[in-house]
Amino acid sequence: MKVGLFIPCYVDQFYPDVGMATVELLEKLGVEVDFPTEQTCCGQPMANTGCTEQTRPLAEKFFRIFRDYEYVVCPSGSCVSMVRNHYVEYLNGRKDFEQTCARTMELCEFLTDVMKVDSIAVKFPYRVGLHASCHGLRELRLDKCSERRGVQISKVRRLLEMVEGIEFVKLQREDECCGFGGTFAVAEEGVSVLMGRDRCEDHIQAGAQVIAATDMSCLMHMEGILRRQKSTIPVMHIAQVLMGRQPQMIR
Amino acid sequence: MSEQSKQKILSRIRNHSLPPVGLPEVIHGNWIRYDDPIAQLGKMIEFVGGSFECLPSIDSVHDRLKSFPQMQEAKRVLSLVDGIEGNVDLDSIPDPHDLEDLDFMIFEGDIGVAENGAVWITDAKIKHRVVLFINQHLIIVLRRHRIVHNMHEAYAQIRVHGPGFGCFVSGPSKTADIEQSLVIGAHGCRSLQMYVIP
Amino acid sequence: MNVTHIDHPQLANVFARNADRAHWHDGALWFVRQKRDRQASLIPEWEELRELAGQIKTHTLVNLADILVQFENNATALGAKVHWAADAKEHNEIVYSILKDNNVQRVAKSKSMLTEECHLNPFLEERGLNVVDTDLGEWIVQLRHEPPSHIVLPAIHIKKEEVGETFHQHIGTPKGNADPIFLTGAARNHLRHKFVDADAGITGVNFAIAETGGIVVCTNEGNADLGTSLPPIHIACMGIEKLIPRLVDLSIFTRLLARSATGQPITTYTSHFHGPRPGGQLHIVLVDNGRTQIRESPDFHRSLNCIRCGACMNTCPVFRRSGGHSYSATVPGPIGSILSPAQDPKLHHSLPYACTLCGSCTDVCPVKIDIHHQLLTWRSELAHAKLIPLSKRASMRMVSVILRNTWLFKISGWFARKSLRWMPRFAIYNPLNAWGKSRDLPPAPKDSFRAQFAKRKRNKS
Repeated sequence: MKVGLFIPCYVDQFYPDVGMATVELLEKLGVEVDFPTEQTCCGQPMANTGCTEQTRPLAEKFFRIFRDYEYVVCPSGSCVSMVRNHYVEYLNGRKDFEQTCARTMELCEFLTDVMKVDSIAVKFPYRVGLHASCHGLRELRLDKCSERRGVQISKVRRLLEMVEGIEFVKLQREDECCGFGGTFAVAEEGVSVLMGRDRCEDHIQAGAQVIAATDMSCLMHMEGILRRQKSTIPVMHIAQVLMGRQPQMIR
Repeated sequence: MSEQSKQKILSRIRNHSLPPVGLPEVIHGNWIRYDDPIAQLGKMIEFVGGSFECLPSIDSVHDRLKSFPQMQEAKRVLSLVDGIEGNVDLDSIPDPHDLEDLDFMIFEGDIGVAENGAVWITDAKIKHRVVLFINQHLIIVLRRHRIVHNMHEAYAQIRVHGPGFGCFVSGPSKTADIEQSLVIGAHGCRSLQMYVIP
Repeated sequence: MNVTHIDHPQLANVFARNADRAHWHDGALWFVRQKRDRQASLIPEWEELRELAGQIKTHTLVNLADILVQFENNATALGAKVHWAADAKEHNEIVYSILKDNNVQRVAKSKSMLTEECHLNPFLEERGLNVVDTDLGEWIVQLRHEPPSHIVLPAIHIKKEEVGETFHQHIGTPKGNADPIFLTGAARNHLRHKFVDADAGITGVNFAIAETGGIVVCTNEGNADLGTSLPPIHIACMGIEKLIPRLVDLSIFTRLLARSATGQPITTYTSHFHGPRPGGQLHIVLVDNGRTQIRESPDFHRSLNCIRCGACMNTCPVFRRSGGHSYSATVPGPIGSILSPAQDPKLHHSLPYACTLCGSCTDVCPVKIDIHHQLLTWRSELAHAKLIPLSKRASMRMVSVILRNTWLFKISGWFARKSLRWMPRFAIYNPLNAWGKSRDLPPAPKDSFRAQFAKRKRNKS
């Protein structure tokens, strides 16, 4: 199977190893990965600011680049949610649009729902604080939402449980937002930082050796706070954990 | 002025139609039921700050109440339950304000709801509605067969036939408005006791 | 002072800066959210109830005109007098004229967000009436001349020591006594006289039943019941969206409301008023005040389904750390950030941005309003109407241009990584860098992903 890989803009520029781990993981599971180099960004920064006319060309661009792939895989729940839940405003009614939406998948989702992965040969002997990134959680339902009742599937946790040696720490608030929120992080700087500190503190108190998440944006925010606080706890994307990367202690 | 506004509001609504949505069935459904609804009712009444006891007869409720020192010391007790005596004659009181110092009110509940400890009471047989709220201590007697599992079963039994007042009471009055500290006894009763009899 | 717009970030920053107090506030509301979770977890059909509640409310909104008329007819048949008010001003005038016609001097008021929205209290006080808010939290904020900071927990922002001081000043409780039990008892004794002395009671309305013409008022304190069963006049004030079609619909709403609001299985008193007391008067004031306008909005009409439980405030991580007053609105928090801009987009344009789009509000909402998606929609409305700062729009235009052109994106990325690697720290963390005030920027790798991927591909082949 061949998939189109969609890498979030900031991951491309600032967290290349997250992309590389995603590629290696997919290839390890027998998936052929194609990275169309024309891609840039899903347009979420503009959309979340309300600037829809600035978003439209990026939605068009994404659709043009990825419409012919059987699956599009992306290591970010937030960007996938942008495509799946919000592109309809720009591309409604286009031929192949609904199909492209449905087949644009977050990495864990793809591994669970399409690849039906039930084992991964990898070791990661660390205590992990699993941060539930909001868009993956509440827009894509990658994990159990604490607000909801009834049967809920934990796709992320299920995958991580296949990793040898991994331990999860118990957080006080298992799925509270980290406070990143895109431009919110600078527009509402005070509250954003306080939320981020509270989230980091929860992981630290719980004894996490690594903070992991499905979205690098939350981790970038938390990492920024940890580094400023001189904490040495590293942050890692799920793909890096699933590839058994060594945690890089923050200097 | 009001009539003009009425027409303005209604016509504005009528001039803008929205896609229709049906009204769902709410009485019949796969709603929560309990193996032992009486025990569940008791559990919930205690959870909401009341006390609960099953007694064999109205006489035993009478005896139980008699044994309370607070009841023995009470100056004004109003009972609207046959078989339990009080000392206030509601019909002889013209003004509800004269009930300000009512200590105990003893009353029969209509429906008890297991899921939340609520009891349906109405003012159908009372001259002054305020007796339900101005008392310091509320005692509710409930017949066992009047207990239902959930609110759907409760509302299925409630009928409105003209003017009147009905209330689901769940435990004594309470507030947590100061730093989320739960305090029992806000403006209504300070305590609520419930007795279930056959 | 002429306020041109409300600056949520500025007010929120002030609140958040006092981290101890912000954490205390956050903890108090999180405690309520946890109680809500526990109660919801005991109801296996919880999600179904939410679905049905949303359906009933939407049905009502669709058929609102007929349902309002049905309500008026049935309420009138029961002996109530129904009044219609187009806006806040008319509402206040109606209430005042009822009070004046009956020579009312003293009013015992129970909680009503509608009267807050209409600023009824100052209106009546200016005309010489004595109005006492009898809900404990409302009374505390009334004594302190503050607006409520939360629709269900009006005094959640005030510490018990501050309540003690307020009571000491106003009702002479001993200085320094901050025991909630003592203070609540003192309030009970003091307000008992107010209930007894009142000439009229004003309440809000949680639900109005079209089929029977009755209204339902929910309280824990019993203040609405005392306030309406002593004086002969009861005035109930409500927005037109409070209607429900049938009595039995309450079986859904009474199961959801208190569990969502405070984590109680039901409110202590769920009172159903059908017509006035014998010899008394019941006035019901139906108020539009912008609701019919919101109803016409394809995006925001669903916000009228709100039953004012406050669950979205308790769960909102921003609200918990910025305080209700930072929204400067009658209804603060997530749902208020939809409703307030609908009233005045210019004044309230910062509110839809006071949100990380985490979506927790949508998942706790007992009537399933897609709150966070509506906030996102608001942002595009505001941007289109050019009601967000030019700097924001200009920077987004620039970012968009960069991202549309892959080569520009690559160059910009390269430049950003290089500058982060080589620029001195003081130059990066300059005063204009809001990100960097309390956070480091991400580490700048030498190569981008696309470069590494290309290299890997070359090596493989």
